[in-house]
Amino acid sequence: MTSIAISKPVHPSARDQLRFITCGSVDDGKSTLIGRLLHDSKMIYQDQLAAVKRDSIRHGSADIDFALVVDGLEAEREQGITIDVAYRFFTTPRRSFMVADTPGHEQYTRNMATGASNAQLAIILIDARKGVLVQTRRHSFICSLLGIRHVVLALNKIDLVAYSKSAFDRIVASYLAFATGLGFSSIVPIPISARHGDNVVDRSAHTKWYHGPCLMEHLESIDIQSDTASQAFRFPVQWVNRPDPDFRGYAGSVASGTISAGDEIVVAASGRTTRIKRIVTHDGDLADAEAGDAVTITLEDEIDIGRGDLLSRPTERPSVADQFAAYLIWMDNESLAPGRNYILRIGSQTVAGSVTAIRYRIDVNTCEHLAAETLSLNEIAFCNVATALPAAFDPYDVNRKTGSFIVIDRFTNRTVGAGMIAFPLRRATNVSWQAPSVGRSERAALKHQKPCVVWFTGLSGAGKSTIANLVDQKLLAMSRHAMLLDGDDLRNGLNADLGFSKAERVENIRRAGQVAKLMLDSGLIVICSFISPYRSERDMVRSLIGKDEFVEVFVDTPIEECARRDPKGLYSKAKAGEIKNITGIDASYEAPTRPEIHLRTMEQAPEQAAEVVVDAVMARALLRDERR
Amino acid sequence: MREVAAEFKRPVMLYSIGKDSSVLLHIAIKAFYPAKLPFPLLHVDTTWKFREMISFRDATAKRLGVELIVHVNEEGIARGINPIDSGSALHTQVMKTDALKRALELYGFDAALGGARRDEEKSRAKERILSFRSAGHVWDPRNQRPELWGLFNTRIRQGESMRVFAMSNWTELDVWEYIMLEKIPVVPLYFAKQRPTVRRNGATIMVDDNRLPLNCDETPQMRMIRFRTLGCYPLSGAIESDATTIEDVVAEMQSATVSERQGRLIDTDEAASMERKKREGYF
Repeated sequence: MTSIAISKPVHPSARDQLRFITCGSVDDGKSTLIGRLLHDSKMIYQDQLAAVKRDSIRHGSADIDFALVVDGLEAEREQGITIDVAYRFFTTPRRSFMVADTPGHEQYTRNMATGASNAQLAIILIDARKGVLVQTRRHSFICSLLGIRHVVLALNKIDLVAYSKSAFDRIVASYLAFATGLGFSSIVPIPISARHGDNVVDRSAHTKWYHGPCLMEHLESIDIQSDTASQAFRFPVQWVNRPDPDFRGYAGSVASGTISAGDEIVVAASGRTTRIKRIVTHDGDLADAEAGDAVTITLEDEIDIGRGDLLSRPTERPSVADQFAAYLIWMDNESLAPGRNYILRIGSQTVAGSVTAIRYRIDVNTCEHLAAETLSLNEIAFCNVATALPAAFDPYDVNRKTGSFIVIDRFTNRTVGAGMIAFPLRRATNVSWQAPSVGRSERAALKHQKPCVVWFTGLSGAGKSTIANLVDQKLLAMSRHAMLLDGDDLRNGLNADLGFSKAERVENIRRAGQVAKLMLDSGLIVICSFISPYRSERDMVRSLIGKDEFVEVFVDTPIEECARRDPKGLYSKAKAGEIKNITGIDASYEAPTRPEIHLRTMEQAPEQAAEVVVDAVMARALLRDERR
Repeated sequence: MREVAAEFKRPVMLYSIGKDSSVLLHIAIKAFYPAKLPFPLLHVDTTWKFREMISFRDATAKRLGVELIVHVNEEGIARGINPIDSGSALHTQVMKTDALKRALELYGFDAALGGARRDEEKSRAKERILSFRSAGHVWDPRNQRPELWGLFNTRIRQGESMRVFAMSNWTELDVWEYIMLEKIPVVPLYFAKQRPTVRRNGATIMVDDNRLPLNCDETPQMRMIRFRTLGCYPLSGAIESDATTIEDVVAEMQSATVSERQGRLIDTDEAASMERKKREGYF
């Protein structure tokens, strides 16, 4: 499947594997069904069953509670809910199975998406007494979005509606009415009772009116022909294998398609073409390789290829673009900030990127399109995404492996989102960068100075503007051409349309950074004074400006002192409850961990602090003059 | 596995000498061919392993030409910790869990590859393939990263580490079938043979050396036994079996009615014991 997770052994008599996910609401009996499948297919060992029997009594049930077979973690057992994705395995003489058991709670959309991302089939449980619920729609929509094409509609607890055919028919009709637009290629409804085992492994005597397969029979026989071998050839390079100067191979797993020695290939990003020389494995060279094979490829020509490159045939190239439209599922407690710089992993490529626009959010319960400024945990949207460098990919509905990506927060390192690419945005190629013939250094030379951006960050009332103004005056006195950009001033003009929500604060800093960069390019020393509470935005500006030209100055004043000074009366208003989103009070401030200059205003007067900054700016200029 | 080699600064493969480790090592050799393994093997030795395991370990490292680091918690030895007098819980804590943490810190390993599988035990079923451990090696089941498709988030900060379970989705039967198919050498203890044993608490314990104190009414008896899992010999329960070849073992597996961990005395304390051990840093 992937390179970290080693694929199952390929055996001559290999049973094929079906990976499926179970989805249902809290009391639909999902865990019971899985426990029943494991038990009835004799996959629960005696010692495990004995433990479950003991636990069943301890948890207060008289019969064997099959849910206890699968509910793994202590915490959730105590709460009686499943909190995460659990993977179970069972094998019958005809097939082996991997089950992703995922919870049905509203707040756990992300876990369901995780389970669905690797599944080929979904069992959607419906309580026969309750029929199609909002959750049923949500589960179906997420399965569809993640590319699952086969659905089993398990109408559980059929015993509790007296094995009624009319109840079954009614629910099936209402499900089909809503699911037709979801693009499933098979929907098989089965009346079951997980608790009593009706139609799970053996056909039930209570549902003589039902002529379809029982659940296990269907799972064993459904044709999930994996057609990845017939798709276009895709080979993401994982690792460059270079044991000695004579051997240079590219290791990876074939994501889709087939390739043979001698075939022509192209490197997506660079467009360079060459031919496959050898397909190397430990057990000897292969003539060809197909989807799923882990191999090392050597090429006829020495061309520059590294980890993250995607190889294809010249006639079937992936898209290469730095903008694309994608469905994005948000998975973190901290909301998505459009414009913020995240890390994207697309196949083996790692690139910086950001969401440039949320086209619309999708209500997972109704499939309605809604306007959105930001995305919270478990929300799904259709977005425009921009990457710092062009990436190679396919649309997700064509290739799940090369069309999916995850979003990682730069600072917490958490996986905060998962995306499915819809299509490239070609505008990217039409607006090419204008390389100016007169550059930053020429303009700076005219002013006899080294331009840089001095970025003051700190709480409101910390003394940023005071010190920044002094720095500006001192530089002027030294005949240095500086320009002061103040947060409050910008908010009265350029950023007058922005408020103080997180997303708007991000945008505020993005614009300020862009303006600072223009000024820097014109040869100025740019003094910026912004609260700029988030580390990731300050770092976004740092990477925009270039780290050699960026001087971060942390004006460090304790919040109590800021509130005491309160030059703008903000803290007293906040205290009175008149205004919200004050940094340090009800909005967070992430202090710099390694600022170039750290000013402690409780120990330094503004005049002294300004001297420190001016000295540093001049020293940098001198230092670099000497280096030249 | 290549992903780990490409993304981490100092990875290591935990080598327990068991069948899963043998498979993992075999696959690693194949994955990096023709290059050598880009990481060393680490064996945390409790000093109570079967003697045949140790000789197999050393022979394997030599045969494959891989770098092998053997780490023993000397402090534990000095404190006289052993599985017989200290009890299985303390012994495992000091000689395995603490020893592993200390070894990872000592060598500065930021990713540790291991052969654990999701089918082994209930709390393992929810384990990620890349299992994040905060500084101090703590596993917080609520703070694990979602894993979608085959896309892994390998980013960690200084001091944090990853445990990598590359064989998460294999089952015990898969492992044996693969060993059969690829003819991978494993410790002979997996195959049935007449061995000296005693019975205790319903388990069959092999008398591997004279450190095992025998009660006055105990005399080691020769029995035809083999092991489904291997650990410290006083804590590993054998099964009576006639399976002397890999083919026999696979056939026996297919008709098995008890789980492999039943032979592990460290699990039997209570249902959630494994989960607790993992939170404390056990692999």
